[in-house]
Order: sequence, then structure tokens, then C-alpha cells
Amino acid sequence: MTSPPDPVDQIRERISGYILSESTFRGEISFAVGVESIVECCSLLKNTLGFTYLVDVTVVDYLTVKFPRYEVVYLLHRFGENYEENLRIRLKVALEQDGPAIDSVTPVWSGANWLEREAYDMFGITFRGHPDPRRILMPEDYDQFPLRKDFDVRDRESSKRSFERALDEGLE
Amino acid sequence: MGVSSGPLLGGDGFLTTKISAVANWGRKNSLWPMAFGTACCAIEMMGTFSSRFDIARFGAETVRFSPRQADLMIVSGTITYKMASVCRRIYEQMPEPKWVIAMGSCTCGGGPFDSYAVVQGIDEFLPVDVYVGGCPPRPEALIDAVMKIQKKIDNEGPPIV
Repeated sequence: MTSPPDPVDQIRERISGYILSESTFRGEISFAVGVESIVECCSLLKNTLGFTYLVDVTVVDYLTVKFPRYEVVYLLHRFGENYEENLRIRLKVALEQDGPAIDSVTPVWSGANWLEREAYDMFGITFRGHPDPRRILMPEDYDQFPLRKDFDVRDRESSKRSFERALDEGLE
Repeated sequence: MGVSSGPLLGGDGFLTTKISAVANWGRKNSLWPMAFGTACCAIEMMGTFSSRFDIARFGAETVRFSPRQADLMIVSGTITYKMASVCRRIYEQMPEPKWVIAMGSCTCGGGPFDSYAVVQGIDEFLPVDVYVGGCPPRPEALIDAVMKIQKKIDNEGPPIV
């Protein structure tokens, strides 16, 4: 008796052109994808392979631990009819330290809009082609990226400046 | 204050006092709180307002969410710098005389959040009258703060602006 085909094998086969490497940790699959092919890879995964749900877009800052410094992480989910077809995979894109930029996946999933804004706000990753590339959590005139590892989390000076400016605007 | 019931007035008593004493008596017994709740302390504040603890016993049950109808601002919850300008504007919209209670560790000194976004005590931008420590403080502590405000109004009158 042959076992049914592994759904991950099918996915791997379809997106093999975009995958640079693959790793598995406790049953969670991560694919490393090149920075130039992220949008193509994502539209294939969404439109053909059924990954309709973008769970999260986040960033890891490795600073001195790893090169290149940044890694943008996409968590994708597929809702299948059968239990085995429910799948969650992870895409990772490595980005350079200087002017980290990547194409926005908002045209693929509109839900990426705010997730990418948060990634920009906290890590300073530029998402090219984003429809609304403003900060989302910090004040709009804030000049730091607080979740970068070389940022001092106790540094309140930029926040204070934004606060003072907001007060001045309010009094006008 | 003096009481007199001389025969010249036909036996009817009268008392002498200062306008400010009467005004402060009225002020302290009908504080109208503006509830500025931003986090978990606000839950405890709601508990203080409702029947079990019942801040109405101290005349402060008329919670207004419009600053223009309030004279006691209870800041309860973590205040970030982004929220601080809003908090300050709301305070400025309250009519004089007005008082401020800093409720909880976050408003008193930042609480556990020693971070880039959180104000390390609302006295950086507001004149606080009473600080209530605790994370969150018990309703009894907030009632005590209201009583302290009442005492302050009695002793000092409205703040001079």
C-alpha cells in the first residue's frame, strides 16, 4: 500500500524555482526565497496552491550574529478541505544591512498592507510599491526604528521630540 | 464661620462664612471625574465607580467622558508619548478648577515599561495632585485618593491659575 502524496512535496515541486534552501524544525517548514522573486513566489502560492491567508509578515534583525543582517519572514496558511491539506509554511528573505528593501506583497494579499507598515515602522525595511508606506505604531515624525538591535530601548529622546511637536501642533 | 440668632432678626438664625468656603464645600462633594482609562487600571476604576465600591458615596459618581463637563481627571493606565499629547489636550479642555489623580504605577513612574515609547510618569506633562501606587491599585486606594482630593480642596481651595 502506498502512502498518499505528501502535500509539502507538491508545493516544493511547484515553487522549486524560487527556493534557495529549505529547513524543517519540529515539523515547521521554512523556505528561503530570493529577494527579487518574492512577489512571483507569493502569487503562485496564493493563486495556484491555495495559500489564501497571510498570517504575518515580520522581520528578524541578526545584527552581528548572521550575515546578511535582516530576514523578512512571511507566514502563510492554507485552509484545505481535509485535515492534511491544512498547511502552514514560512518564507524567509535575507536582506542587506544598507537600505534594506523588498517588493511589497500587498498586491497579492491586501492584508499585507498593515503588516508591512509595521515591519517598516519597527525595522526600517522599505517595501517597494506599498500603497500607503507610513508608520503605523510610532508617531509619523519619529526618526528611529525601535526594534533594530542597535537601538537602545530606553532611548526616549525621539519620542519626546515627537510629543513636543504634537503639542505645538495642537495649540495652533 | 459664625452662627447667630439674635432677637433683632426675629429669632431666625443666620450664619456668616466666606463665599470660597461654600464654593469649596460644593466642589469637594460633587467632583465630576473624567475617566482617562488606557489600560488595566481602568478596569479597577470601573469597579470603583460601580455598585460594590460605589464612589457615589463621595459625590463623585457623575463620570463624564467629555472633559468640558469634568473637574477631576483620573489617568489610569500606561501613557505612551503618542497618547501623552492627547492626554494633555484633554486636560487643557477641562474647565477650571481641576484636579488630577495619577492612578497606578504606570502613571506614577512608568511602571514596568522602561521603554522608548512610555512616559515615565505623567507628571512630565500634567500637574498631578494625588499619586496612587499599585498595579493596579485596589478600589479602596482610589477612593482614598478621592478623599485626599476632597481634603485638599477643603484646605487649599481651587488651584491658583
